[in-house]
Amino acid sequence: MSANHTTYGGGTPGAPAWEQDNYLNHTHGLKSWLTTLDHKRIGLMYLICILASFLLGGLFALLVRTEHLTPGRTIVDADLYNQYFTLHGAVMIFLFIIPGIPAALGNFVLPLMLGAKDVAFPRLNLTSWYLWVIGAIFSVVTIALGGVDTGWTFYTPYSTTTATHVIPVTLGVFILGFSSIFTGLNFIVTIHKLRPKGMTWFKMPLFLWAVYATALIQVLATPVLGITLLLLIAERAMGIGIFDPALGGDPVLFQHFFWFYSHPAVYIMILPAMGVISEVIAPFSRKTIFGYKFIAYSSIAIAAFGFLVWGHHMFTSGQSALGNMLFSALTFSVSIPSAIKVFNWLSTMYKGSISLKTPMLYALAFMFLFGIGGLTGLFLGALAVDVHLHDTYFVVAHFHYVMFGGTVIAFLAGLHYWWPKMFGRMYSEKWGAVACALIFIGFNVTFFTQFVLGSQGMPRRYYNYLPMYTSYHQISTVGSYIMGLGFVICAIYLAHSLLAGKKAAANPWGSVTLEWRTPPIPPHDNFDKTPLAGDPYDYSQVRWDAKTGGYVWVDEQSSAAVAG
Amino acid sequence: MSGHSSHPDYLGHHYDTPEQQFDSGSLGMWLFLATEVLLFAGLFCAYAIYRSHHPEIFLYAHQYLDKNMGALNTAVLIFSSFTMAMAVRMAQLGKNNHVVTLLTITLLCGFGFLGVKKVEYEAKWKHGLLWGKKFHPEEHSAGAHGTEALHDAGVTTAAGVTTAAGVATAAGGAGASHDTGASHDAAAMPAGATDHGAAPATGGSTAAPVGINPANADPMAVRSNIAPPPAGPAGLAENAFEPKQKVNSHATPKERPSNVHIFFGIYFLMTGLHGVHVIAGMSAIAWVLWRTMKGHFSAQYSTPVHLVGLYWHLVDLVWIYLFPLLYLVG
Amino acid sequence: MLASLLGSMAGFLGQGGGFWLPEAASKTAEPVDALFNFVLWICIFFFVLICVLMILFVMRFRRQRPDEEALSQVEHNSALEITWTVIPLALAIAIFWMGFKGYMDLATPPANSMGVQVQAQKWSWLFSYPNGVSAAELHVPEDTPVKLTMSSSDVLHSFFVPAFRIKQDVVPGRYTTVWFHPTRTGEFQVYCTEYCGKGHSDMLSKVIVHSRTDYDKWMDEEGNFIDKMPAPEAGAKVFQKYGCKQCHSVDGAGGTGPTFKGLWGIDQPLTTGAKVKVDENYVRESILQPQAKIAAGYEPVMPTFQGRMNDKEIGVLIEYLKTLK
Repeated sequence: MSANHTTYGGGTPGAPAWEQDNYLNHTHGLKSWLTTLDHKRIGLMYLICILASFLLGGLFALLVRTEHLTPGRTIVDADLYNQYFTLHGAVMIFLFIIPGIPAALGNFVLPLMLGAKDVAFPRLNLTSWYLWVIGAIFSVVTIALGGVDTGWTFYTPYSTTTATHVIPVTLGVFILGFSSIFTGLNFIVTIHKLRPKGMTWFKMPLFLWAVYATALIQVLATPVLGITLLLLIAERAMGIGIFDPALGGDPVLFQHFFWFYSHPAVYIMILPAMGVISEVIAPFSRKTIFGYKFIAYSSIAIAAFGFLVWGHHMFTSGQSALGNMLFSALTFSVSIPSAIKVFNWLSTMYKGSISLKTPMLYALAFMFLFGIGGLTGLFLGALAVDVHLHDTYFVVAHFHYVMFGGTVIAFLAGLHYWWPKMFGRMYSEKWGAVACALIFIGFNVTFFTQFVLGSQGMPRRYYNYLPMYTSYHQISTVGSYIMGLGFVICAIYLAHSLLAGKKAAANPWGSVTLEWRTPPIPPHDNFDKTPLAGDPYDYSQVRWDAKTGGYVWVDEQSSAAVAG
Repeated sequence: MSGHSSHPDYLGHHYDTPEQQFDSGSLGMWLFLATEVLLFAGLFCAYAIYRSHHPEIFLYAHQYLDKNMGALNTAVLIFSSFTMAMAVRMAQLGKNNHVVTLLTITLLCGFGFLGVKKVEYEAKWKHGLLWGKKFHPEEHSAGAHGTEALHDAGVTTAAGVTTAAGVATAAGGAGASHDTGASHDAAAMPAGATDHGAAPATGGSTAAPVGINPANADPMAVRSNIAPPPAGPAGLAENAFEPKQKVNSHATPKERPSNVHIFFGIYFLMTGLHGVHVIAGMSAIAWVLWRTMKGHFSAQYSTPVHLVGLYWHLVDLVWIYLFPLLYLVG
Repeated sequence: MLASLLGSMAGFLGQGGGFWLPEAASKTAEPVDALFNFVLWICIFFFVLICVLMILFVMRFRRQRPDEEALSQVEHNSALEITWTVIPLALAIAIFWMGFKGYMDLATPPANSMGVQVQAQKWSWLFSYPNGVSAAELHVPEDTPVKLTMSSSDVLHSFFVPAFRIKQDVVPGRYTTVWFHPTRTGEFQVYCTEYCGKGHSDMLSKVIVHSRTDYDKWMDEEGNFIDKMPAPEAGAKVFQKYGCKQCHSVDGAGGTGPTFKGLWGIDQPLTTGAKVKVDENYVRESILQPQAKIAAGYEPVMPTFQGRMNDKEIGVLIEYLKTLK
């Protein structure tokens, strides 16, 4: 097809070179995968692990929802229920969402987008993956031992006194933290040092800006979580007294420490999602991104402000009124850049040439759901209203709209967008749309109901509830089943795509970032020679090619014509 | 770069030039150091919060740390930073024999530091000056204390010299043996002692521990005196503290404030985490030492020595903050 | 589904208790509700705006052929960008300010408030009045500001009354306060909203707002019930008041602790393997030093009632226990 990969392979005539030698079949055997330093393979290994975690966390979610079909006992007793919601939260946050987009999609895409052969430290990259696996094993061991019931927030003094297995799970999270730190460190250095000629900071694709901002938070915030968890372990194992009121310690100090990490962690989850959405909306509108510089700067601004708002999780904890005022004001200051990003995406679509392929459907769903998630944040940022809504289902609904409606939907958008590049196969657009619709509808039924539950006063983490809330809970549970069905369909058509999907063109969507300059499945070394970076959103660089069913690069076409 | 004729072995396949690789390595290490600083920052925050809320605990408890030992360790680490910096310089010049010598000295300094730390920890352990629930300070009548402490001092001084053998290169041998004795004096807890040297020598002739009934021989009873079960919410009692009269930093505050164990909890957490970093740094030094001896480095390529050097300087730097914050309060 | 929810949402707006918020019963609730509705309308406006534009653009600018180009390539538009920065910013400042003002009201109890001490523990509330009377439910007179001074004897809890729009964490080792000014009589639900373990969702209570005369009558009865009532009946009241029912059933059902039905007089097996006769002394010891003898098959999780339950109360509770055959 194009000049830059004709040197690969060279066996059976007929099959294109990229099919005979690519990163998937460059070497063989399980060992070649487990010891690989190739960022693309590491990305795929992350993807498999992360999807497995999503399945596990999702099963816990369905158990939680099923328990709520009736007040009191439906399927399990309170002890088990408390473990279910704890494990749902811990698995989803630490094993799935935090590494989801950066470690799985980011690992695969980031060096390709930079026109680089790999990340700066390939060995460290593999180490991160192994750390993730070790952290995950700790979580599984915790479940096997009989679970943990503290909630994913591990608040003291409950977490230092409960009889369940807090130490293995906190150790697991501690190790996962280092996995996250090393990934972030690797990406920062890669973006600084391995950008190709011609790609200045403001010619970087916005996904890279988002991943860069994310990596900064990963590197700067995660160590604080690390020390917090070490203190918690020391408190529990040795009775060190820092958080234990019986020994003169301060249990609220733990909350400050915890949220100093865990609020920025929310931006670790949402920033890369915003990056994915920028990458998807532009090519599917065939229009240059509106307000590039603003979107780029706002990622960094959100990351920076994200460090200053942790106290808004503690408006009712008894911290001072002055503290509450400052944290509330700063919280609103983060809302502005997020809102403007949405307007920028909308403007990108205006007068575009909009194609409603599956990735774009997810991107549109993202704007809808993230819109609700962001707007409902206004209720919670306003001090007086937050006092009523804090720790109710309103908060549960709000963060699911942001984390699920935002991050998970964007993860799905990214997965569908880069799927052809990962596996060289297309999936069924029809079933893609069906699954997307089911997930979208199911999600809203599940979580919109919870806004009402919460404002009516239903507290979160409740095993039992008053009969007045029953019908809301039942609607919500039905919604979760619809969502579950959507994911099952998604899993089926993606599996089908792997086995029997239509072969993908090298650039099926008409994108102009560098990863689309590789063959349908990239080779082991990514690029023969470092490609020249152009404007990442100038769609006149590619044109439709009916023969391959994809888009082709105008410059490669002309150079091939010259060479031929 | 398959086409590149000059792609040396040490250069990763994804880098174009050695400079690019060196810069990447340095940036990566600096970022890692930033994460390490933030890891310690959590503990420094905890320290700052408790010290601002309960200065009396820190004023009282820091006396049971041995300044001389701390100063000695500070000197050892500063010296090791110097030898490490020299090693990095020699590596850049390709003088591998010097690198081996300097790294060995640095490594020995690390052992020396750990040896002194071990002596200090043992003393704390012996006297029950530990964290939270483990805080059961020994209470002796002054006379009994005198003889026992003298005896202990003799025994562990010998041990201290053997474990801290590496320190000898840093000209600290004599100091160490002397200081070990002093640390025991300081670490035992009869509150009356004012002069570190004097307490064992005078053998309890004067000072009956203030605030503790000498007849109170039952250790359980003593404990309950130390940490009375909180009446009502525990933290509320804290507000009841009278602000301490301004104390001369050389004099022992008259009464032991409650929750002194918080200081020792923070002390063990901070020095313990730092100790883990010293061990990590020493392992890294041993690794580059081995690689230097194997001839992996040259004037063109000695990045790992450089990076390990950066790490070791951070380990030293953290101690330079810990020493005054923990040993030199007030 | 969503459309119908949105529809009913619009329908219920403006009514006191309705689709979103429960009916308010406190003076400070009014500004909170007003702000809630203000933010709600802002949200609806922006949400509808985003959705309408999105749908409009998708319909109007849908790609018909794969090679179709965009109609224009605008990179930015300063006037537009400034507009959509300034308007949300102004709204955010307004919301912040209203929220802060409302919060200061919630955080500042009037000087003439009636004081009540609240003790939270797994998984019950105890409200103590200055005259020594205590109860498991909070009884207050109508139209009087009430200030609660709260502490916890074990883990974090949080005191939440939706109808009053108040919530405050209850922390071991320190006091936190919250206040309200009930505007009408009635019973209002109290929840614990800080996760505190197995019985978290059953750590419920009520605020019962009486008219002034009813309140005085209640206080009088409550202060002297042990002397006035037959002992077993008074014991049943003590049983209610201290939240014993959270763990001990009276009908033979299982729970965190042994059921009281048929407990009296039996030989109770202990975790040590020994047995103890359930008599006055054992019951008294179990209340004051719960960890001394643990019934076999149960966890040592019961908190002590030393300093909370007095001898008279223990006496009538024992009489009540005797009746549970």
